[in-house]
Amino acid sequence: MSTPTTLFEKVWADHVVVPETADTPAVIYIDLHIVHEVTTPQAFSVLREHGLPVRRPDLTLPTLDHSTPTTPVSTFKDLLVAGEGAADQVRQMERNCEEFGLDLLGYGSGRRGIVHVIGPELGATQPGKTIVCGDSHTSTHGAFGALAFGIGTTEVGHVLATQCLLQRKPKTLAVNLDGSLPHGVGAKDVILAVIGRIGVDGGTGHIIEYRGDAIRALGMEQRMTICNMSIEGGARAGMIAPDDVTFEYLHGRERAPRGAGWEAALARWKTLRTDDDAAFDRTVGIDASSLTPMVTFGTHPGMVVGIDEPVPHSDDASFRKALDYMQVEPGKPMSASAVDVVFVGSCTNGRISDIEEAANVLRGRKLADGVRMLVVPGSEMVKAEAETRGLDKIIVAAGAEWREAGCSMCIGMNGDIAQPGQLSVSTSNRNFEGRQCPGARTVLASPATAAASAVAGYVADPRKYTSQERNLTP
Amino acid sequence: MMQPVKKITSKTVVLPVKDIDTDQIVPARFLTTTSREGLGDKAFYDLRYDDEGNERPGFPLNRPEAAGCSILVAGNNFGCGSSREHAPWALLDYGFEAVVSTEIADIFRNNCLKNGLVPVVVDGTTHEWLLDNPGAELLIDVDTTTMTLPGGREIRFTLDSFGRYCLIEGLDQLGYLRNHLARIESYEQERAWKP
Repeated sequence: MSTPTTLFEKVWADHVVVPETADTPAVIYIDLHIVHEVTTPQAFSVLREHGLPVRRPDLTLPTLDHSTPTTPVSTFKDLLVAGEGAADQVRQMERNCEEFGLDLLGYGSGRRGIVHVIGPELGATQPGKTIVCGDSHTSTHGAFGALAFGIGTTEVGHVLATQCLLQRKPKTLAVNLDGSLPHGVGAKDVILAVIGRIGVDGGTGHIIEYRGDAIRALGMEQRMTICNMSIEGGARAGMIAPDDVTFEYLHGRERAPRGAGWEAALARWKTLRTDDDAAFDRTVGIDASSLTPMVTFGTHPGMVVGIDEPVPHSDDASFRKALDYMQVEPGKPMSASAVDVVFVGSCTNGRISDIEEAANVLRGRKLADGVRMLVVPGSEMVKAEAETRGLDKIIVAAGAEWREAGCSMCIGMNGDIAQPGQLSVSTSNRNFEGRQCPGARTVLASPATAAASAVAGYVADPRKYTSQERNLTP
Repeated sequence: MMQPVKKITSKTVVLPVKDIDTDQIVPARFLTTTSREGLGDKAFYDLRYDDEGNERPGFPLNRPEAAGCSILVAGNNFGCGSSREHAPWALLDYGFEAVVSTEIADIFRNNCLKNGLVPVVVDGTTHEWLLDNPGAELLIDVDTTTMTLPGGREIRFTLDSFGRYCLIEGLDQLGYLRNHLARIESYEQERAWKP
């Protein structure tokens, strides 16, 4: 009988080109390489210096997302709004794709969007694949049972040139979420609670597998939200074993297998699960039924509390520095904080169900005086779908801005930024100092909490704004 | 091309803050560059300079004694967050050759090893001593993975064996990977399913 193995070990073993030794890392094959304008120019330059082609253009998926404006774009002149550097980077990406024979999902494609939104929605992200991108939130794709992680620009060059990477096999961490989530508590609250538990470095050197009833009960977009923030707990990758929810999501998508190919893929995908007796290097258990809506209070995603809970006390110097930056007092809940800006979007929460979750709170309501709210779809396809459902009208009627697809205020590279000192409730993934503008104070939260906060004018409990029967689309 | 790094002798500059993320090492608004060069000016930009672009006098890198120091000692979990390789590019261009902490985040550590910035992971006791003694003169020997403290005490630090080899040889990892092209081709032909 063969040794029981984890989901991660199965996908890893399937992609070993050269096994690792004590002195050398493994050579691992990459099935899908997603590329964007910010972390690739220097990698294409290396190919050019060595006179090398892109080895597998068919396994390379390029798009534009990080430095693109979210105001309407019809000509490249408009790109200047984001600054000359950003415009250069976009033009450089277009030239690189043309020179190296890559099919860029750029302007006019109707398929452009955030790297971690378009991979899944096109059906390019599939169970059992190895997926990399020069972006740490590549962990998102693990929601499908893929092994997906972020890489640096030098490694982007390695994959472009060889379709392989040098990797040491990481350790495994099981995060078990049992029980059912209470009303008003969603995937974003789950992952913030997980990071609060394990800490921002708790997953360093590990791959997380999220398991348990509470995970099984989630739709694919919610699972993506969870895997997306694995890196905020220090883990390069997070995975969820594929099941019928995964297969139903993928069926019929543009780049998913079809016909006999679909049946063969399905048979293979169904084997991608952790064996009953397989061992993890570490295990953490969380009772999902005990969770509440979560908000961050500090300057990393591990500094997080329930919406009703007081901000904790600590004498640690780094902790106190974070609270000073945030202008937050220990002992008080975050709901005491006035809000200036609200951002709904990003690779964490920029999908159709996220936009809908925010719109359900905004429906028939108005933003509080003085609050600015940006709702930024994760892709052109998400934007079109939201408009088909009429969500854009609800958002605009509430007084929020409905923008073009992109990373936007999550990283603030494109001109979408908060102002110094402003408090921003954001559905993105990082509340680091200066992330949304030097001096801006970011509170991470779910789309429902973000929308409720926009309406209330202070950090607000979404349960007061949503009915028990609210629509939870997968 | 990466230069071989064997030994580093320098005084330390200390940033006694935990969880310094790569957004703080180089803010995102400076990532619109299409080159690797010239990012040293942007290292720790928002910590080094105020809103008007004036140096913040209290920041350790701005103190006169920090000039010329090539070893950075930082709080636990250095380099977490974004995968931007601009972070080690900026630190190297600034003049750092090694970063020392009790823990260095995975992607950042990988990026360091690709560029010749030595990621040195030390035990908690040594780390505490280093945090308490900014300006200590250290010798970091990559080949023997040892750090010599003032007074001559040697401590071992953790470094992956391949990472160590790449640093001391200045190995071009792309060349190393390309030496495996025949095996990559066989893998592509023989695998049970095609992506």
